[in-house]
Amino acid sequence: MKFKSLSIFLIISSFFLTCILSIWKIMSTLQGLSFTNLNITTVFSICILLSLAFVLIGKKINHLIKIFSLSFLFSILYFYLNEASPYWYTLGVFLITLFFTNKLKKYSMESLKEDFISEKIIFDFITLFGIVFFAFVILFPFYIMLVTSFKTQIALLVNPLDFSLDFTKSLTELFKSYFVIFETYNFGRYILISSAVSVGTVIVTLLFAIPAAYAVARLNFFGKNFLSTSILIIYMFPAIVLVIPLYTVFSQLGLRNSIFGLLIVYTATTLPVAIYMLQGYFKSIPKEIEDAGIMDGQNWFGIILKIIIPLSLPAIASVALYVFMIAWNEFLFSLMFLDSPKSFTLSRAIQYLSGDAETPRQYLMAGSVIVTLPVLFIFVYFEKYLVSGLTSGSVKG
Amino acid sequence: MSNTLLKLEKRTAYTLVLPAVLLVFAIVLFPIFANVWISFKDIELKDIRIPEPRAKKIVKSISENQSELKIIYKLRNSSLIQEIRNVQFQDKFPKNISPVNLDPRCNFQSKKVICNFGNWEAKYRENFEITIKNNNGETIDKKTIKSQKPILSGKADNPLLSTSFTLENFKKVFNENNFVELLLTTFYFTFFGTVGAIIFGILAAQLVNQNIQGRTYMRGILLFPYVGPVVALAYTWTLLLDPNSGTLNALLVNFNIIDKPINLLGQKYITMSILGFEFKLRLALTTVIFFEIWRYFPLAFLFILARLQAIPQSLYEAADVDGASPIQKFIHITLPQITAIISILFMIRFIWNFNKFEDIFLLTGGASGTRTLPINVYQQGFAVSDIGMGSAVSIVIVMLLLTFMVIYFRLIGKRANEV
Repeated sequence: MKFKSLSIFLIISSFFLTCILSIWKIMSTLQGLSFTNLNITTVFSICILLSLAFVLIGKKINHLIKIFSLSFLFSILYFYLNEASPYWYTLGVFLITLFFTNKLKKYSMESLKEDFISEKIIFDFITLFGIVFFAFVILFPFYIMLVTSFKTQIALLVNPLDFSLDFTKSLTELFKSYFVIFETYNFGRYILISSAVSVGTVIVTLLFAIPAAYAVARLNFFGKNFLSTSILIIYMFPAIVLVIPLYTVFSQLGLRNSIFGLLIVYTATTLPVAIYMLQGYFKSIPKEIEDAGIMDGQNWFGIILKIIIPLSLPAIASVALYVFMIAWNEFLFSLMFLDSPKSFTLSRAIQYLSGDAETPRQYLMAGSVIVTLPVLFIFVYFEKYLVSGLTSGSVKG
Repeated sequence: MSNTLLKLEKRTAYTLVLPAVLLVFAIVLFPIFANVWISFKDIELKDIRIPEPRAKKIVKSISENQSELKIIYKLRNSSLIQEIRNVQFQDKFPKNISPVNLDPRCNFQSKKVICNFGNWEAKYRENFEITIKNNNGETIDKKTIKSQKPILSGKADNPLLSTSFTLENFKKVFNENNFVELLLTTFYFTFFGTVGAIIFGILAAQLVNQNIQGRTYMRGILLFPYVGPVVALAYTWTLLLDPNSGTLNALLVNFNIIDKPINLLGQKYITMSILGFEFKLRLALTTVIFFEIWRYFPLAFLFILARLQAIPQSLYEAADVDGASPIQKFIHITLPQITAIISILFMIRFIWNFNKFEDIFLLTGGASGTRTLPINVYQQGFAVSDIGMGSAVSIVIVMLLLTFMVIYFRLIGKRANEV
C-alpha cells in the first residue's frame, strides 16, 4: 500500500515538474537559446530522484534549508545533464524547483499512509498542472501577438523562434510597427471610428433599453409576457441570417459605409440582451421606493430618472461595458457594410490589412495589439461588473 | 378611477417599450422575414442597386468673349441590366441666358431647361448638348454654370419588389454544393466545439474553485480569450500555426517531434495511425474546433464556477465525515449539482456554435473542409454574388435553429421542474 502511494507520488510529482521545466525550456527557446532536445526522459528521472530525496529526508532538517539545498543540487545536476545554457536559464530552473519543493511541503513518508492519499496526490497535482497548463495555453497567443509586433518580418523568417527583444535599440526603432500603422495605414482614424461607434452604441442602447426594461419589469400591459419571451428568442438569432436582407436594404438606402448605419444595427442587436439584463435588476429594486416617488407626484419619467437609474447604477455600468465590448469586437457587420477605407472600424481595418499578402506580419500584430488592449484593459479594470454582466444571461458570442 | 389609472399605466408602458420594439423589429425581425422573400427570387448582388439616370456636366467655351457656351451632359443609365422609364431632366440657368437650337425633346421656360428623354434601356449612354448664349452679349461665368447640377429622375423596377418567384434556390441548396457534407461539417464543428468547451470549462472551474493563491487573477486571465476581439485572436492563431514560419511548427520541428511542418489550417485530411489502425482526421476542421474551444471554454467556466461556489460546503464536510474519496465527492456531490447548468450551457452554446461565422471565416475562409452553413451563406451571397441562394441557406439555418429552440425550451422547462 505504502509502496503504491509512494510510486504514484513520485510519478505524478515528477511529471508535473517535468512539464513546468519543459514549458520553461520552450519559453527560453523563444528567447533565442538554441535547444534542440527536450530531454524528457533524463529530466523525468532526475525529478524522480528529487521527489524521492524530499520524502526520504522528511522532517529531519529545517524545511527552508531542505528546499534550498535540494533545489541547488537539482539545478547543478540539471545543468550538467543538459545542453549548454546561460546562467539565467539555470537560475530559472532553480526558482522553479524551489517553488515545486515548497509545494511538496505537506508530503512525507508518514503522510503517504493516509486514506485515499493516491487520489489526493492526483487531485493536488492535476490542480497545479491545470493552472500552469491553462495559464500557458491562454497567455501564449497573447504573448506571441505582443512580441511579434516588436519584431520584423525578415528577422522572423530567418529564425521563427527568436522572439527576444533588443532593448538596446532606440524606442522609435522598437515601436516602429506602431508608428507605421498610424502614419501609413491611418489607424488613428480607425481608432476614432471604432470608439465613436462603440460609445454611440452604448448611449443609444441605454436610451432605448432603460425605459423598455422598466416597463417590462414594473408595468402591466397587454403582450408583456409575449414581449419578454420574444426578447430571449430574438437574442438567439444570429447575425449571419440578418446579413443579406440588411445588406440589400442598406445598399438601397445608401446606409452602407456609414457609421450611422452600423450604429443602428449594433444598437438593435444588443438591445434584447440589454433589456433582459436590466429588467432582471429593476425587478430586484423594492417597489415601495417607487410608490414613495409616485406619492411625491413624480411621473414615470421622474421615477426612472430620479429613482431607478441612481439605484441601478452598477447594473447599468455592467450593461454599458458589455455592450461596449460587443460593439468594439464586432466583425461580421463591419465586414459586410464597410468597404471604403474611409469608414473602417479597427477590426475591419485589420482584416483589410491582412487581405494584402505583402503586409508584414508585425503590422498586423501591432494592429491586433491596438484593438485588443482597450478591451483587456477595460475587462481587467472592471472585472467585477463585467463578470456579473456575463453571468446574468449574456451567453452570446 | 382605477380604470383610468390602468389605462394610464398601459399607455405609459407602450410609450416606453415602443421605440425599442420598433428598432428591433426593423433590424432583427424584418430581415428574418425578408430572407424568406429573397430566397424565392432569382436575384444577384449586382441587381440590388435600383438603376438611376446619371449625368456628368462639361462646360466648353465656343466663342472668343465667352458670351456663348456649349454644355455637354454625359448621360447614362447606371444599371447594366435594367431599363429606366420616363426619364426627366432639368437644369437651371442664371438670368439673361437662353439656349440656342434646343433639342426637340426639351423646352425652356422660366430659366429652366426641362427635357423628357423617354425610356433608357440598360447600358444606355448619350452625349447630350445644349448651347447657351447671353442675351446681352456679356461674358458668362463658367463656374456658376458648372456648379449648377442637373436633376434627373426616372422610374425603374426595384428587383427586390418584383413578384416573380422561383424555387431554383432551394433546389440548388439541397441538390448541389454537397449539402449533406455541409451539414455534417456544421454538426461536427458545433458538437465537438460545444462538448470540448464544456469539458475544459468544468476542469478550469474545478481548478479555480480550490483554495489557491491568486484565484481572482486566474479567473480574469481565463476569460481573456472570450473578451478579446475575434479578429486579433484569429490572426494571432493563424500566425502561430503557419506552416512556413509559424511558431508552433518551428518549435515542433526544433525539438524533433515532427519531421516537417504541418499545415494545420490548410490541410483537409491527415492520416494517423493509432494502435495499427489507420484513420483520416479532418485536420483543418479539428484545428478550427480547437480554436473554438479555446475561445469559448471561458464562458462555460464562468457559469460552472458560479454554480460550484453556490454548493453548500456542508455537503463536502458531511462526505469527509463519511470517509469519501475526492473522486467519490466529485461524482456524487459536485456533478449532480452542475448537471442543470451544463445542460443549459450545452443547449445555448450548441445554438451559438451552430451559427458561428467569424472564427472560421478569419481562420480558413471556409477552405480545406471547414465550410459550415453560415460560411456558405457568405460564400453564396457575396463570393458567388447570388443573393437569392444566400438567403435560401439562411432560411435553412433559421429552420434548424427553430427546431433546436423548441427542443431547448422543452428540455429547459423539464429541468426547471426537476431542480
